[in-house]
Amino acid sequence: MLRSLSLGLVVLSAFAVAKPAQAALNVFACEPEWAALATELGGEDVSVFSATTGRQDPHQIQARPALIAKLRSADLVVCTGAELEIGWLPVLLRQASNAKVQPGTPGFFEASNRVKLLEIPTRLDRADGDVHAAGNPHIQTDPRNIRLVAAALGPRMGEIDPAHAPAYAQRLKAFDESWGRLIDGWQAAAAPLKGVTVIPYHKGWAYLFGWLGIKEGGTIEPKPGVPPGGAYLTQLLDQIPKIDAKMVIHAAYEDPKGAAFVAEKAKLPMVTLPFTVGGTEEAKDLRSLFDETVKRLLAGLGGPNGRT
Amino acid sequence: MALLAPTLVPAPAQAQDLTQLQRDMKQMQQQYETAIAKLRGDYDARMKDMETRLKSAEDKATSATSTAADAQKTAEATQLQVASAPAPAPEAAASPPASAPASASGFNPAIGAVLNGTFTGYTRDPKSYRIPGFALGDEARLLPRGFSIGESEINLQANADPYLFANLTLSFPGDKTVGVEEGFVQSTSLPFGLTAKAGRFFSGIGYLNEQHSHTWDFVDQPLPYRAFLNNQYGDDGVQVRWLAPTDRFLEFGAEAARGDAFPAGGTADHNAGVGAWSLFAHTGDDIGDSANYRIGLSQLWTKAKDRTTDGLSGTDTYSGTDHTYIADAVLKWAPNGNFVDRYVKLQGEYFLRQENGNFNGSRVGNRIQTGWYLQGVYQFLPRWRVGLRYDQVHAASLGSGFAGTTLDNLASTSRRYTSMVDYSTSEFGRFRLQYSYDRSRPAPDNQFVLQYVISIGAHGAHIY
Repeated sequence: MLRSLSLGLVVLSAFAVAKPAQAALNVFACEPEWAALATELGGEDVSVFSATTGRQDPHQIQARPALIAKLRSADLVVCTGAELEIGWLPVLLRQASNAKVQPGTPGFFEASNRVKLLEIPTRLDRADGDVHAAGNPHIQTDPRNIRLVAAALGPRMGEIDPAHAPAYAQRLKAFDESWGRLIDGWQAAAAPLKGVTVIPYHKGWAYLFGWLGIKEGGTIEPKPGVPPGGAYLTQLLDQIPKIDAKMVIHAAYEDPKGAAFVAEKAKLPMVTLPFTVGGTEEAKDLRSLFDETVKRLLAGLGGPNGRT
Repeated sequence: MALLAPTLVPAPAQAQDLTQLQRDMKQMQQQYETAIAKLRGDYDARMKDMETRLKSAEDKATSATSTAADAQKTAEATQLQVASAPAPAPEAAASPPASAPASASGFNPAIGAVLNGTFTGYTRDPKSYRIPGFALGDEARLLPRGFSIGESEINLQANADPYLFANLTLSFPGDKTVGVEEGFVQSTSLPFGLTAKAGRFFSGIGYLNEQHSHTWDFVDQPLPYRAFLNNQYGDDGVQVRWLAPTDRFLEFGAEAARGDAFPAGGTADHNAGVGAWSLFAHTGDDIGDSANYRIGLSQLWTKAKDRTTDGLSGTDTYSGTDHTYIADAVLKWAPNGNFVDRYVKLQGEYFLRQENGNFNGSRVGNRIQTGWYLQGVYQFLPRWRVGLRYDQVHAASLGSGFAGTTLDNLASTSRRYTSMVDYSTSEFGRFRLQYSYDRSRPAPDNQFVLQYVISIGAHGAHIY
């Protein structure tokens, strides 16, 4: 029996032999938006893996075995940074023993370093809920940030994989040009949203709101990451008519109950936004993510029947 | 942002002309870097200015001769001013707003503390606790009756240099002693998927063994951990792990240790300083988006030389070898793999130990001890979880020669049924109520525990 257990160790190893991935550049993206961007810029020259899906809260991800294995073979890690992944990425990086992608190496890319972060707290205290010392990390909700990140990510991919650097540069150029036109289009379409007050569930939309000129009239969570209590909700519901809020917004990965409750009580439309690629069925890639975001916001503005 | 964007686009380049393109890219990069450096300079200057203003406001606030309320108002007003100051600076769009740490304290390691307190109630005397048939280590006991602060922990960790990560965990068991629970250095940049660790650490055997107590789903460890590993097996030694370059997670580890930790003991001086060896292998994967698992097999060989434990009648002495084998499995499931609102975690481990030696001078030959547990935890609402656990251990009978000794199994199997419910105020605070129907001893015991586990400061990411 004991010998058979020893044998088990050997059998276990034989059981899991699999071929190592063979693509030119293995990209490990922490969030789907960066996976989508790496795919745009890398095309067939990269093999992209996303650690999370659009239906998962990127703050709270299990440091699970599959992620350790994928990180082991990664040539480039693309994450948001700004402490968004602090609950799971550091332990993965330690367990994956891949010197190429440790922080400080070219193989470790943090998107939040490329943009101006908003909502940097003036005071650091966990009594304020889930505060991010570096600022709000949800930068992907503004397409102009995507453009800034792309401008840095393309050259970085070329640095790590020089053989395909021209291809990355070319795709970046094409992406940047078309993305610029798309931004103009979204901005024009979203013009009616300017100055509109909305109530989001989580304080996760600073960049989207800043881009489209939307006003945040308070959040359903009293503090980031803290579920609302009855007294707080009463106060919020009192407030809503006074500030003329037009809709309640929540991210597809969040439990809709809190937002639905407020929307119903305040008789406001509830708008589910994809938040990232894969958040909703329609948000298949970066372009459709913003197509869908603008479309749903405009539908929300259509009135209580514009539920999405 | 808009100002910078055009310079980021490569100048018109012919795809065929690679050198031209590379030159352009380099130029572009230089332009970008120059722009960034300039912006950063501007921004830093602005930040410094604001810091100075904030500092002076704070000084004013603390030394104010007027009423405290007035002083606070001044400070708040200044803070507001500071908070809104970056807004009219859109040209700083692409500049990272990080200012360099001003002092050496910027290199301080991440510091965290875990506070743990319990209130217990038992129907039988916890001091008489034992598991018939097993010699138990010093940690294999019940929590004291009534209020106690249990074990508090302070953890320091940081990269020591580009090659090494270091971790120190001090534990304060509440009896005025301080222990080094873990203190190790670990490689960060070895090639071929290798990681080496040296120092004192929890062994990689089993599933729960490496998990720190503040991450446990129940107040205490399952019976096999209590009986076979003195709750958690850790010793001074070295560990090498190899992560296979496969799509599927596959990891192997080997450890050599001093041999001072139960079930080893006193062997370092007798065996060229190594008294324990272990091997383990883990594999695991995702099952769709919603579920993931890990399974593992482990072996632990330990030697004991005049190991002493508290026994039924005074101190027991044991010399011999113990071979422990563990099979473990854990499965986690959440809707869409989103573990925030609801999830299920199932885990179980099976232990088998073969003991060969002399117990108080009497021969114990190839004695088999077994144990296993199965537990499930369900988070049914954000912050609320319930859990159920069954655990048991059994030691083979040694016959009438050992009747009345610590190793007398009293012809019984020790078993326990446990249920718990816990509420988390956040990911840093948890309150738990646990009830066990404990048949470790032949007569049943009802055990109630109320517990809090609070983390403050930097809190490292949890392993799977």
